[in-house]
Parts: sequence; C-alpha cells; structure tokens
Amino acid sequence: MPAMTKETIDDAIRVTGLRVVRGGTVVLPGIDLTVPAGKLVGLLGPSGSGKTTLMRAIVGVQVIAAGTVEVLGRPAGEPSLRHEVGYVTQAPSVYPDLTVAENLGYFATLLGTGDDDVDRVLEAVDLTANARRRVSNLSGGEMSRVSLAAALLGTPRVLVLDEPTVGLDPVLRRDLWELFTRVAADGTTILVSSHVMDEAVRCERLLLMRDGRLLADETLPELLARTGAADVEQAFLALVETDAR
Amino acid sequence: MSPRMSLATAARVLRQVRHDPRTIALIVILPCLLLGLVAWMFDGTPVLDTIGPSLLGVFPLIVMFLVTSVTMLRERLSGTLERLMTMPLRRGDVVVGYALAFGLLAALQALVLVTFAVGVCGMNVAGPLWAVILVAVLDAVLGASLGLAVSALARTEFQAVQMMPAFIFPQLILCGLIMPRDQMPAVLEAISVVLPLTYVVDAMQTLSTDADVAAIWGDVAVIAGFIVVAVAVGATTLRRRTP
Repeated sequence: MPAMTKETIDDAIRVTGLRVVRGGTVVLPGIDLTVPAGKLVGLLGPSGSGKTTLMRAIVGVQVIAAGTVEVLGRPAGEPSLRHEVGYVTQAPSVYPDLTVAENLGYFATLLGTGDDDVDRVLEAVDLTANARRRVSNLSGGEMSRVSLAAALLGTPRVLVLDEPTVGLDPVLRRDLWELFTRVAADGTTILVSSHVMDEAVRCERLLLMRDGRLLADETLPELLARTGAADVEQAFLALVETDAR
Repeated sequence: MSPRMSLATAARVLRQVRHDPRTIALIVILPCLLLGLVAWMFDGTPVLDTIGPSLLGVFPLIVMFLVTSVTMLRERLSGTLERLMTMPLRRGDVVVGYALAFGLLAALQALVLVTFAVGVCGMNVAGPLWAVILVAVLDAVLGASLGLAVSALARTEFQAVQMMPAFIFPQLILCGLIMPRDQMPAVLEAISVVLPLTYVVDAMQTLSTDADVAAIWGDVAVIAGFIVVAVAVGATTLRRRTP
C-alpha cells in the first residue's frame, strides 16, 4: 500500500447505519461507530449484544440489511482487504487434525507469506515449542492462541478479535493483552471484543454495546468522568439506567 | 482461481486425511471387502463377471460421497470456512482443492479395488483394464464432487449422512443394475437419463462384454460433464457472506 493512504485515513473502520437481521431477529437496528487507526479499541458488552455480528460485518462475512461498513476507506469484504484484515472467530477456527505448524503453513501460503512469518507469529503467541503438536491435543487456551497466530500472519493493518481471551488463565490473559498493546503500538488497528468489563483498562478506547446499540464510544477516563462511576461495570449499569428513563 | 491456492488447499486436505488412518482404511479397504463378499456369494458362477464391473462403479461413489460431504460440512461448522472467506482465496479454490484431494484418494481407491477385483476375485472383463480403472476413478471423483455440491444443503453432520439415501439410493435403483433400463416404465427410464450413475453403470456394462473401448467415450464425456457441474454448484453454494 502506498504510504499516502496510511497517512490520510484517520478511521480504520467506519460503520454507518448498519442494520443486521438474523433469523427474523433484529440484531443491529442501525449502529454508527468509528475505530481510529492504530488504536487498541475494546468492544465491550454482554453476550447477545451483537458484538460478533458487528465484527462479522466488519470482516465482510455477514449479510447486512442496510448501512455501510468501511475498512481502511474501502467497503468491508472487498478483495483487496483480505490481505489487510486479520480475523479471529470466537471458537478457535483452526484444523484440529493438523499440527500447529501445518495449520499456520497453510494459512501463510494463502496469504503469500513464508516460513519466516510462521516462525514470527509462533513466537508472538509463545507456541514455538508446540509447533509440531497436533491442535486436537492442545489445551483450549493453546488452541485459541493458534487461531490468534493465524490472524497475525502477513501483518494485517487491521485485526478483529472476537473474545480472544475468554476462558484463559490470568497470566495468559495478561500476556495476550501485552501482545495486543505491542501490535497496536506498531501501527496496527485492533478491535477486540470481550464480555469481561475489567479488560477495559487495557484499551485505548472503548465501545460499549447493549442490545445492538452503542452506549458509549470514548476513553476509559472520559467514560468514568461522564457517568461518575468507579469502574466500567458501574458505568455500564449507569448508562443502562439512564437509557431506560 | 489460483492454482497455488487450490493446490495448497488440496495438500491441506490430504494432510488432514493422512492424520486419520481409519478414514484411509474405510476409503481404500472397505470397497474391496464389499466386492469380496459379492464374489464369495457367487463363487463358481459367472455372475461376478456380469455385475462386478457395475459394482466397481457403485461402492466408490457411495464412500466418496459420504467422506466428502461430511468433511466439507465440518469445515463449514468449525468456523475455518469463515476464516478462509476472510482470506485472499476464491470460493472456487476451496472446492477445486477439495475435488483434487479427494480425486487423488479416489484414484488410489479405484486402483486398489480394480486390482483386487481382477487379481483376487478373478473378475473377467472383455474391455481393457485401464478403461475399467478410468471409469472407476471418474466415478469416485463424481461421488466426491456430488458430496461437495450437496453438503450445502445439510446443517448438521447427521443431516449430511441422510443426504446419501436421498441422493444416491434413487440412482442405485434406476441406474440399470437392478433392472435393464429399457424394461423400466417410460417415466423411470426418462428419470434415469439425468442421473449420473446411469452412465457409470452403462460404461462398466459395456466394458464387461465389449472389447471395443470406443463404445464408452460417450458415457465418459457425460460423467465428466456431471463432475464439472457438481463442482460448479459446490462453488456457488459456498457463500462468502452468510445470514
């Protein structure tokens, strides 16, 4: 990509009036949001609030009823974006019957990168020692790290991570958040979802979602100042109550 | 479509199969056991020479149909297909990759089965053996590509298995194996014309009695046509965006 494009895009992701209906239920009634380029942005909300649907729309695999989704200034799902957007689904989407290295080798070939790239992402998620193990023999946490490693291949400019830390032990969660912070510091935009409100402290910016609508889009200090709450959990409750009135 | 992506996908599918010796055994050995059973039952009679070649067209079709439709469905359900759809490969690359991988397995299966039928069971055919192998390979590839096309209709692995009686049994009944097609009621004979197994069995029956290979080229062309259509249907039923 020419450096020009990189400079001129302020928002890596821009969603306008996005409406998604799944199985007769309105999941997103018409959401607007932006994700600034190069930032680590947390998408927080309870299970069922539409986080996954929103992320699927951003990576271009969701049928949408109305609205527009732009990534790096181009319509979501455009072929040229498939080299630049990495996506981690909620369940580890890797082949359980292949080894870690075989999985990453396949995805690397599809992206046109090589063995060096596989070694790099293995190191990033601390799985180098497990490269030859079959994925089905790994723990749940190791499996989700393989899935994350696959998304890091090819150094995408935008990473969309759907609950990558769910069910992991606290040490591993801390390590992964440090990894996200490092990757974002290198200029990658990261949108990471979680239903654990505590993880908000790790994010540069927060998007709070409930029932397919955006409750907040600001930094953590801004959110706490506006609601007068002590933490994100309290802020969330305060916003829901204001909303109900 | 890109050959690099199709080949990478085929290699990946074959690696998955290699890690699963039980499936390899089912693909390669099971059809031999079934044919052996028939040969044993009709031991001492010329029946194997009559129906044996047709059975070479039936067992691979069923086995490859099942294996392919279930594998493809697993890819859809596990989320790996969703990941692939966000990556720079085309839908055709996925389907062609699968067809190549299972086509190779199909070729192995057909080779082993024909060798077993002729070498161990003592089946005699009038036509050349290579032609029998060719039709058997095409037939197994046909099973794989039908499995790919049909897997889109199934939501669960349980349903995928049910697709076999739905799509294969009518072909078994009408292909001319149970009753010669020209003796069937006109409507059924007309239906059999649009079912691919009909042409496999016709080619095999021709090879069992006729030494002249030229008589099967029409059937071979029709089978190849069905394979191309099934692969194309498989590619169009893969959706990048899902509801």
